Amino acid sequence: MTFEMPDFWLALPEMFVLGMACFILVLDLFLPEERRGISYFLAQITVIGAFVSSLWVAPAGVQTTFDGMFVSDPLGTFLKLAIYVLTAGVFLYSRGYLRDRALYKGEYYVLGLFGMLGMMVIVSASSLLTIYLGLELFSLSLYAMVAFDRDSLRASEAAMKYFVLSALASGTLLYGLSLLYGLTGSLEMSQVAQFAGGHAGEHYAFVFALAFVLVGVAFKFGASPFHMWIPDVYHGAPTSVTLYLGAAPKVAAFAMAMRLLVDTLGPLQASWGPMLVVLAVLSLAVGNVVAIAQTNIKRMLAYSTISHMGFLLLGLLAGTRTGYSAALFYAVVYALMSLAAFGVVILLSRAGFEAERLGDFKGLNERSPWFAFMMLVAMFSMAGVPPTAGFYAKLAVLAAVIDVHQTWLAVVAVFFSLIGAFYYLRVVKLMYFDAPADPEPLTARLDLRVALSANGLLLLGLGIYPGLLMGWCLAALH
Amino acid sequence: MITLQDYLVLGAILFCVGVAGIFLNRKNVIVLLMSIELMLLAANMNFVAFSYFLGNAAGQVFVFFILTVAAAESAIGLAILVVLFRNRRSINVEDIDTLKG
Repeated sequence: MTFEMPDFWLALPEMFVLGMACFILVLDLFLPEERRGISYFLAQITVIGAFVSSLWVAPAGVQTTFDGMFVSDPLGTFLKLAIYVLTAGVFLYSRGYLRDRALYKGEYYVLGLFGMLGMMVIVSASSLLTIYLGLELFSLSLYAMVAFDRDSLRASEAAMKYFVLSALASGTLLYGLSLLYGLTGSLEMSQVAQFAGGHAGEHYAFVFALAFVLVGVAFKFGASPFHMWIPDVYHGAPTSVTLYLGAAPKVAAFAMAMRLLVDTLGPLQASWGPMLVVLAVLSLAVGNVVAIAQTNIKRMLAYSTISHMGFLLLGLLAGTRTGYSAALFYAVVYALMSLAAFGVVILLSRAGFEAERLGDFKGLNERSPWFAFMMLVAMFSMAGVPPTAGFYAKLAVLAAVIDVHQTWLAVVAVFFSLIGAFYYLRVVKLMYFDAPADPEPLTARLDLRVALSANGLLLLGLGIYPGLLMGWCLAALH
Repeated sequence: MITLQDYLVLGAILFCVGVAGIFLNRKNVIVLLMSIELMLLAANMNFVAFSYFLGNAAGQVFVFFILTVAAAESAIGLAILVVLFRNRRSINVEDIDTLKG
């Protein structure tokens, strides 16, 4: 057996992020409280550096390294770039929020970067071991981030619930992976796929393993009936962490589904397709119906996440290239919408006041017409009203489902999104037609205002010219 | 002679005990952590048994990684538990009810 030197070059972004995260962790210990901004700027530089290096090292085709454990392909590059943009946005939005609440600590950025690193590893995984390690790195960082506000009872409770349920899902996934390993004798995704395609005799054993793997994936999406953690964690965690949870992890969940279901268990599409149908329909129903009853905006957006994940699964279950690219488009657009909506929640909050109740949005138009408009764009986009990006995302997913002759699914999806439109429009009604309950002027900093405006305009722009992003999504899946 | 089947049955039993422990337990959060650990050990058992009977070392390497991750996971779990105890003065599962999911 010869030892072959792996090609470290392909993993340059990962190594850079790891090095910088460790550096910030140590440096932050020596920074006085008033110089905390340095950690923030270094974290942003890390994300930008990762963006540049990912573009720089991206190979033209598919290349694997580390003995087939790490893959670098167009899909991976595109997903990573999306994750960087979203993470940078989250860091930018949450800065003022953290500062107002004595949570402005370097650990937030270090954990955020480690979480991002975990997502990058998931995206680039081409072995069952790599995807498990990436998933754990990402989850462990998030547990700590949710419990970040350590004097808050709500946050620590949310963290405990998240920890227990997520560990349960990881354990289930791991059990499924162990069965796959036993069936095929390999941890490499391509070999598992080859074996699963060639041995029809062991079909039921594969489906058994698939069921365990699917539970793990569905949990990361927060698809019903594995959604129980989403409302509590979104509600209990500090809004800056909810923002983080709502954005890039959705893209990472899509990556995980692509790697595990399509790359590894692609030959079993006929088995996981119907399972995803059940998950998707349940998610659409539970998410949209229960969201109506919520009075807390974070909880409402949590249920809306569940319903959006139902839509995303519709694209995946189609099992075609257009379906996957529609799901990818949906994941990215949803993350941007979530960023905008939680961004407005952060914008309205200030020291000692959390704009969490729906009532806090009353009369936003009188207080700030521009940001009321941004929230309107985010809500319309989530509801799927043209000409916003959310409309096109829903349209692409529905077209993919109709392409594979599952028209009834499209009908169900449209029906539930009509129900969903009610609670999005309720927020718009509160903002435009009710008198303000809270006359305080908005005190957000300039960088948040600019970024939020850009985010809202991007949603509008992507709705008018969806072709550009859609083209990238299609190219990534070539 | 202990066969592969025996190991798999043991793994399945451990896994079921772990899952049952999480869902049935109403008293103590520490028991939840132990149940999670049990589930991971069930997967380890599978990996080692498969690895031995397939004559392939990859599974045993995976087990080392799982053991390490499990240790990190317990550390975080216990840290969250300490934070929760300081805020709530209880580690009873039934007391964790501020947020209604």
